[in-house]
Amino acid sequence: MHQSTSEKALYGWLLLLPAAILLFTFTYYPMAGTLFDSLVAEGRGSIASRFVGLANYRMLLEDQVFKTVLLNNLLFALGTIPASIGLALAMALMVDRSFTGRGLVRMAFFTPTILPMIAVANIWLFFYTPDIGLIDSLLSLIGIDGPNWLGTPSTVLPAIIVMAIWKEAGFFMIFYLAALQTISPEFKEAARIEGAGGWYYFRRVLFPLLMPTTLFISVNAVINSFKLVDHLFVLTKGGPDNASNLLLYYIYETAFSYFDAGYAASLTAVLLLILTTLALVQFFVFDRRIHYR
Amino acid sequence: MSTWKTLPAGVVSLQGLAGWLLAIVWVAPLLYAFWAAFHPAAYAVSFEILAPLTLDNFRQALTQAPFLRYGINTFVLVTLILAGQFLLCTLAAYAFARFTFPGKSIAFALVLVQLMITPEILIVKNYTTLVNLGLVDTIPGIAIPYMASAFGIFLLRQTFKSTPVELEEAARLEGCGFIRILLKVYVPLAKPTYLAYGLVSVSYHWNNFLWPLVVSNSVETRPLTVGLGVFGAPESGVDWSIVSAATLLSVAPLLIAFLIFQRQFVQSFMHAGIK
Repeated sequence: MHQSTSEKALYGWLLLLPAAILLFTFTYYPMAGTLFDSLVAEGRGSIASRFVGLANYRMLLEDQVFKTVLLNNLLFALGTIPASIGLALAMALMVDRSFTGRGLVRMAFFTPTILPMIAVANIWLFFYTPDIGLIDSLLSLIGIDGPNWLGTPSTVLPAIIVMAIWKEAGFFMIFYLAALQTISPEFKEAARIEGAGGWYYFRRVLFPLLMPTTLFISVNAVINSFKLVDHLFVLTKGGPDNASNLLLYYIYETAFSYFDAGYAASLTAVLLLILTTLALVQFFVFDRRIHYR
Repeated sequence: MSTWKTLPAGVVSLQGLAGWLLAIVWVAPLLYAFWAAFHPAAYAVSFEILAPLTLDNFRQALTQAPFLRYGINTFVLVTLILAGQFLLCTLAAYAFARFTFPGKSIAFALVLVQLMITPEILIVKNYTTLVNLGLVDTIPGIAIPYMASAFGIFLLRQTFKSTPVELEEAARLEGCGFIRILLKVYVPLAKPTYLAYGLVSVSYHWNNFLWPLVVSNSVETRPLTVGLGVFGAPESGVDWSIVSAATLLSVAPLLIAFLIFQRQFVQSFMHAGIK
């Protein structure tokens, strides 16, 4: 039994249809709608909605909070990503060789990955609580009066960054572990015969070989840094004075606390632009990765 | 310069030691949550080995908030999402892997958009859609945007494509229609992919917060993460030991599953990340 081409094409579309309807409803339609809304001033009462062009975007440029939030996103990414990648690589190298309890050590590194951010934030909230919190309690033992970590604009972002590093490093580690397994032991053997030291081998052989993995993790980490805001709900609500606020949380606040859907749409459009750019970067990174091999 | 030809034994044990130290630092926050949850509040910051153990914090947490109900909600939510994903992604992946139809490559490119632009990014518009569909504050409402998962379609398409066409032809000679071929040939051979995808999906949605927070606003629909978020809010003034107990209650099912199926979890996450 052979179906005709047009019959097969019809079946193909029918199989795709349920997924296509949902993708249209919850991805393409809202994307287009967001861009449209961002160009329109919402009507209120008797005032009809009207096209305002880029006026909403001009509002963005004048919005001090928007600038703060973008800068925070940048600082959060810069603070979190290189450190967690460096740690991930160190962890992978540690557990790549066998030693007693290696399985347990690897599990310890990976565990934060499967915990919900909201639970992690609950635990860390107590570390950072002023005076009675764990960190300040320990500091007081050696006579230091610890700061209010989450209540001070200058310490709040670093405090959150430390927590994010803890959450992410173990996840990145598994990609390095996978990559290390693909590196031929002959490289190591050759380096040994040449009399190269361990550090030299790492710097000139291992690290360059791991570069595609590092790029892959970096781009994913940047993307994550724009998507992950759950912890703010527990730890700071974006405060104090927006010092820890991030773009997606600001969108949530604008839409669901200030009920300004038009402005939230403009903010979402910016987030869409950032993510699309990153997607293109990722695409070209992958392209290069393929040429490497 | 010393070559590491002579070093291995020393280096390896040093590395093991460093690994152990870092591992202890890494589990410390979780261990601390255990300490606080199983001891009276008075011992929350004083670590005395002989401090009395108690289950009182768990009892308190369970009476102050319906965590059992939240747990059931999460279970229903995660199951619903996974069932929807398996069904929709299987059908779509089959279409992409084994059918030719006009517009296929554009359709596939459009599907991949969702890898980057996940439903919670479009939270404002999607919430409006949910209001119009009358699905606000329902578990299906939380689940529905995630069912047509680009990631699931992508993974299954890869797997289906690597299935030998000869198997399909043999089944066709036996008179199987294309749905039977899917069920008898493709799905059974893709079991490892379903397992890997299932673990990642369950972990992701067990832990998901922002979208469920916006959609649910009653005890009957709230998943664990949202329940925990409401419970642990600093202004609610509950004490640490009880928050720790509640936190452990919320993560326990997934954490236990992880400890048992550690290898599968790690491999699934790796598989999922590399694609």
